[in-house]
Formats: sequence, C-alpha cells, structure tokens
Amino acid sequence: MSFSIKKQGEICVVDVEGQLIVGNRQELKQKVLDELEKGEKKFLIDFSQTGYIDSSGLGVLVSLSKKIREQGGELRLANLNDDLKTLFELTKLDTLFQIADTRERALESF
Amino acid sequence: MTADRDSGEHRRATHPHVAIDRLIPSDVREIEPIVEEVTRECRQLALSARQCALNVPVALTEALSNAILRGNRGMREKHVRVRAFVSDSALVLEVADEGAGFDLDACTIDPTRPGSLEREDGRGLFLMRALMDRVERYEADARNVVRLTLHRS
Repeated sequence: MSFSIKKQGEICVVDVEGQLIVGNRQELKQKVLDELEKGEKKFLIDFSQTGYIDSSGLGVLVSLSKKIREQGGELRLANLNDDLKTLFELTKLDTLFQIADTRERALESF
Repeated sequence: MTADRDSGEHRRATHPHVAIDRLIPSDVREIEPIVEEVTRECRQLALSARQCALNVPVALTEALSNAILRGNRGMREKHVRVRAFVSDSALVLEVADEGAGFDLDACTIDPTRPGSLEREDGRGLFLMRALMDRVERYEADARNVVRLTLHRS
C-alpha cells in the first residue's frame, strides 16, 4: 500500500493504493496534515486504486475532514467502487463527505 | 453409501474443516498478510465477489485490530490465533486473543445515530455485525474468542 500526493492546479490530489487500514492510516493522516500545515486548502482523495477500508481508515477520513474544514479548506472523495460505496452507506458517511464518481468531476466541484 | 460419498473430497465438502490456523504476534502489520490469505481461501470457496472483497476482509481486519490493540494491548509477546473453518454453506472465522474479553452488545455503538457521524472511532463492531451473518464472543481455554460466520450468498 502507498499514498502519493501531487498538485493539480491548487488542489492536492491524494491517491490511495492498496488498503486503508489500522496499519497505515497514520501515514495518510500525516501526509495530508503536512500539506495542510504548508497552507494547502483543497484536497481530493482518489480511491480508484484502493482495495478496502476499515473502521480506522474511515475514522482518519472523518478526522481529516474536520481538520481541513477547521482551516477553511475543502475535502472531496472520488472513485469509490461499489464495495466502498456500500461501506460509506452502511456507516452513513456518504452523507458527511462530498463524493464524486470520477476524479474529473471531483476536481470540477471545488 | 457409495465409494464417492466416502471419499475425502466429499467429507471436505460437507463437514466444516480448518482451512487456516495461524498464530500471529500482536502487531497491526500482521493484519494485512493474514487477511489476504483468508481472502484467497474465500475465492477458492466460490464465495461471492462482494463477500471476498468487502465482507470478509473488513470484518476480519476489525476483529484482528480489536484483538491486537484492545485484547492484547499491542503487546507483541502476546499472540492472536486466527482460524478459518469452511463448509459447503458457510465460512467461520475465529479470532482469539489473550485479553479479558468484552460485552459485545454493550460495546457496539451505532455510529449512524445523529451526533455520532463525526466520531473518529467506534465503527469496528458495528461494521463486523453489519457485514457478517453472525458475530459471537465467548471464552475458551482462557482466551477471548470472536467468531464471525458468513453464509454463502
């Protein structure tokens, strides 16, 4: 698993490759918080390369959402497959996050 | 009874057997490899794609995470035993730790309640119960065991 961050215009795009689970969630959290500390405000997390997410991973996304919002920023999620969508629906986190079907639509939504 | 019905293949297909039995140290880095191994077994059992990609890996990750971090308090010298039993009708996963155990019902919260959506924790048991057909907890041989049962869909 790995996380990569690259800038697309003024948006930080984070790709999650593999699982987002208890063993690696802190790595994702720290990478995004580092960018937030540098002054970045707009974040897109793309799950097109993601396998599954556990409750710790969901918790980190909730935490990041709050921290980004507190700094006046915005977070979008994109490319959840059907299984991941089910996970967000079960936990009703689909009502908390702005989720786009594609990266392009997410980028346009800022 | 025919020779075919007496065969090992038949016994394997109709009676639960232990497909996986592993003892792992209490380290969250151990979770992903064992979950991958169990998921591979699920594919061979012809469980549905969703069960292999979502139900089993997420529920098992939650059970292992609880066992390592809460049951064994992350103490690497303590171990977690993972067993998978398979039959024609179901997959049963057992995760045993060296902790004192817990009350499954009392510890399960509903994170979808108003005011709970922005909680950063507390979704583990909820997800296990949502993704498995049955979740049980019991004590055996001085170990705390969580048993997850998933029927073929």
